[in-house]
Parts: sequence; structure tokens; C-alpha cells
Amino acid sequence: MNGLWDWDAAWAVLPELLLAFVQVTLIVTVLSTAIAAVLGLFIAILRMSVPKPIAAVITFIGDFIRMTPIVVQLLFAYWTFLTIEPLTIGIVVFGIHYSTYMAEVYRAGIDSVPTGQWEATTALSMSKRRAWTAVIVPQALRATVPALGNYAISMFKDTPFLLTIGVVEMVRAGLTFGGNNFRYMEAITLAGVIFLLASYPTSLLISRLEKRLAYNY
Amino acid sequence: MPTTTDPHAAAGDGTAAAVPAIRFENVEKRFGDNVVLKDLNFEVAKGDRVTLIGPSGSGKTTILRLVMTLESLSEGYIYIDGEPLTHELRDGKRVARSEKAQKQIRKRIGMVFQQFNLFPNMTVLENIIEAPVHVLGQSKAEATKRAMELLESVGLPGKANAHPLQLSGGQQQRVAIARALAMDPDILLLDEVTSALDPEIVGEVLGILRHIAETTDITMLIVTHEMQFARDVSNRVMMFDGGRVVEEATPDVMFTNPQHERTQAFLHAVLGSGDGHIGTH
Ligand SMILES: Nc1ncnc2c1ncn2[C@@H]1O[C@H](COP(=O)(O)OP(=O)(O)OP(=O)(O)O)[C@@H](O)[C@H]1O
Ligand SMILES: [Mg+2]
Repeated sequence: MNGLWDWDAAWAVLPELLLAFVQVTLIVTVLSTAIAAVLGLFIAILRMSVPKPIAAVITFIGDFIRMTPIVVQLLFAYWTFLTIEPLTIGIVVFGIHYSTYMAEVYRAGIDSVPTGQWEATTALSMSKRRAWTAVIVPQALRATVPALGNYAISMFKDTPFLLTIGVVEMVRAGLTFGGNNFRYMEAITLAGVIFLLASYPTSLLISRLEKRLAYNY
Repeated sequence: MPTTTDPHAAAGDGTAAAVPAIRFENVEKRFGDNVVLKDLNFEVAKGDRVTLIGPSGSGKTTILRLVMTLESLSEGYIYIDGEPLTHELRDGKRVARSEKAQKQIRKRIGMVFQQFNLFPNMTVLENIIEAPVHVLGQSKAEATKRAMELLESVGLPGKANAHPLQLSGGQQQRVAIARALAMDPDILLLDEVTSALDPEIVGEVLGILRHIAETTDITMLIVTHEMQFARDVSNRVMMFDGGRVVEEATPDVMFTNPQHERTQAFLHAVLGSGDGHIGTH
């Protein structure tokens, strides 16, 4: 053991971390964000289109999912669906968990569209479907893009929870390296740096997007 | 052919021309406990230009919104071209009509709103061709050609690709008029379409509506505070108060020689006293 920081160890662990980053962290973030974005919108519209009692049930399920820790949901799904690959379980669980947050964001976005817009779609005899897809959703999305981006970042930072179900994401890869070489410091530090380097520019991008969307169409 | 028709419409000489474009029969509209319209009966003949006047809160907007099916009817019936709009009498019972049946009728009705309500996520052209293409099934080329003509006629030939929020209020309202006309409505509802505009551009919008009144036979139901406009365009004026028609007459009679005391008081307040001049505020 030579000191607190060993550059050789750092260089040795870096490729493994980056590999795990690309193969797991990035893939899970992208796919789960896509699931959450689509499913969340679907839930938000469904809740506003069905009779009140059914909407209440959907809301309750959403609340239930949001109020329980994602780690518990990962472990629950993992031990329930033993035959399914952990990575797939991770993607689906993250997607569903975050879809409940995104549904709330969409709901606020949809509520922010003035009622006059709905009335114009009625005055033009547009179908409900066309009203949603051509008028309401495009306007609601403008207000929701920044929030969706921020949830994507927070999902990204939650990916280490995947190690609880045996998925070799970046932190797990670092810990494995640490265990084999008795060097944890480099692996964990670098994992943190990689997270920072990825999420910081993304958040800057989101706030720029937010500013641009705040102006004209 | 409509499956159900207004039982009273065919009475009289029994010809189609006698069927009114709009007919309210015992209409009641409540918001919670607030009864806004009560036992309301009136007719608007085809091609009529009717202006509704009356004090604030008398239910003028509500009447237009009922015709556009933006509000639900509490009691009674509304007939469009003799066909029940939202409710019908079937086997002695008042039943709601299907959404499909309502939509068929709604297609023939257009509305221009005080706040324009253009779709800000679409260009001017997209706003205008949206319904002709997706509701009436016109081809994009056909709808675009018509949209360009309409833009020309409302004095905005160069604005097809602009976005609504880049336009002034007056320009937005002119696009909204073009958008409503693109559906070739039989009935056009205008609710204080100049109230949100600066005084100096009110005239240009009214000029366009005047032109439409002169060159088409669209039935128009108009709510306005512009008494001069009401006088120019409409052939009938109806005075509302307390959810009922207090008085109706031709504009000439209504504005110069109103019979009812409520009308006299209202017009006095709106027009001011003295020279009898009808102007804008
Ligand atoms: N959505 C609503 N909910 C509850 N009450 C309403 C609603 N819309 C209208 N009202 C009430 O109905 C009555 C008639 O309103 P309406 O807007 O039709 O009047 P108006 O004659 O158009 O008045 P104005 O000249 O001020 O536009 C008012 O008392 C109003 O408060
Ligand atoms: Mg009004």
C-alpha cells in the first residue's frame, strides 16, 4: 500500500469504469428516461380522460410508487421475476418509478394550457385525440422539458442502486476492482468524477433550453 | 337527413326556408345555484345578423357558448337548422344526444373569441388549415389555397408562416376570423371580438366583419359593445336582462326609439346622453 492516491491504480480502473458507464449507466438512463417520458405522458392523459373513480385509483397507484424507495422496488421486482435479467428489471423499474414523477410534471404542464385552447379545438370540431396531439401536448411539453431533464439527471444519479440487484454498473465495477486490488479510493473517486462530468453539462444544457423555450415559438 | 327534427320547425308553411338557423326552446342555464338563463325562447332565421346587447352578466356570452357546446344545457332544447343540438325529446323524455351527432352539427358553427385563442404552437397557416384538413378531410393543398385566399381577404397575405405571438392583437384576431371562415360555417358566433384590442385597431377588424356580412349569407350571432357596428351589420338587436329577452327590434328602432324602460336605461348608460350619437368607447 503506497499512500492515499495511486495513479497506476487510477489508470487501471478507468477503462473498466467507462465500460460499465457506457454499457449500463448510460443505457439504463436513456432507456428508462424514454420509458418514463412516454409512460408518464400516457398516465397523465389517461388520468384526465377516465371517470373520476378510475382516475383516483391511478393516482393512488402513482402515489404508492413514488412514496416507496426505488431500492425496495428494485429488490422486490428482482426477487419476484427471478427469470428476468437484472439489467432489464432495472430499466423497467426505473422507467416506471420515474414515470410517476413525470406524470405529475405533465399534469402541471397540461393544466398550464389555457382553457381557451380547449375551447378553440371544440369550436373547430377537432377530435379529442387531435386536440391532445396537435394542440395541448405540444404546448404542455414546452413547460415540462426542463423538469423532465432534471428527472433524467436524478435517475442517472440513482443508477448505483442497481448494484443491489447485481447489475455491474459503474460503482459495482469500481468496488469489484477495489476488492481485487485492495484499492478503493481511486475507483470510487473516479466514479464520482465521471458522474459529475456527465451530469453537470447536461444540467447546463437544460437550463439553456429552458431559457430558449421561455421565449417565442 | 337528421333523424330527429324540431317538432315546431315544420309548422307554418312547412318549407325548409322557414326552419330557423338557431332556435332556443325553454332554455335554462344554471351555474350551481345561479340561474343565468331562465325559460329562454328565441329564434334566429337563416342569414340573420343578430346582435345581443344587455348589461354585464346578463348571459350574452353564455348564449353563444351554449350554441358552440362549450357549456352544458341545464334545461330545454337548442335546435340548429331544426335539428336538436345537445338534447332531444324522445318518448316524452329529455335525453342527451350522442357526441357524434353533436359533432356533425358543431361543424357548421364557427366561433371567434374575445381572446383570439389561436394555437401558439402552430404557424398562422397551420392554424387555418388544421380543421379543414383534419376535420373536413380536405387535402393540404386545397386547404392551403383557401387559407391563402382568406388571409388575403383579411389583409394579411404575407403572414402565413408567422407565429401567432409575433402578430399584433388586431392581426391575431384577423387570423382567428380567417380560421373560423375556413370551415365554411353556416353560423358564426362573435363574442366581443374587439374588446381585447387597442382602440385604433378596432376599426380594421370591424371592417373585415362588415365585409363578411355584406358578401356572405352566414348567419351571425354577435355580442358587442360597438353600437355603431351593431347598427351597420345586424338586422335585429335583442336586449337581454335577467336571463330573458326584454326587447327585440331592428337596430334603427332599438337605438332610436327603444320601448322598454330597461333598454332605454341600458342604452342611455352605454351611449351616453344628449346628441344621440352612436359611437365607440
Ligand atoms: N363558468 C362559469 N361558472 C360560474 N358562473 C358563470 C360562469 N360563466 C358565467 N357565469 C355567470 O353567468 C352569468 C352570465 O355571464 P355571461 O358571461 O354570459 O354574461 P355576459 O352577458 O356575457 O356579460 P359581459 O357583458 O360582462 O361579458 C354571470 O353572472 C356570470 O357570473
Ligand atoms: Mg360576455
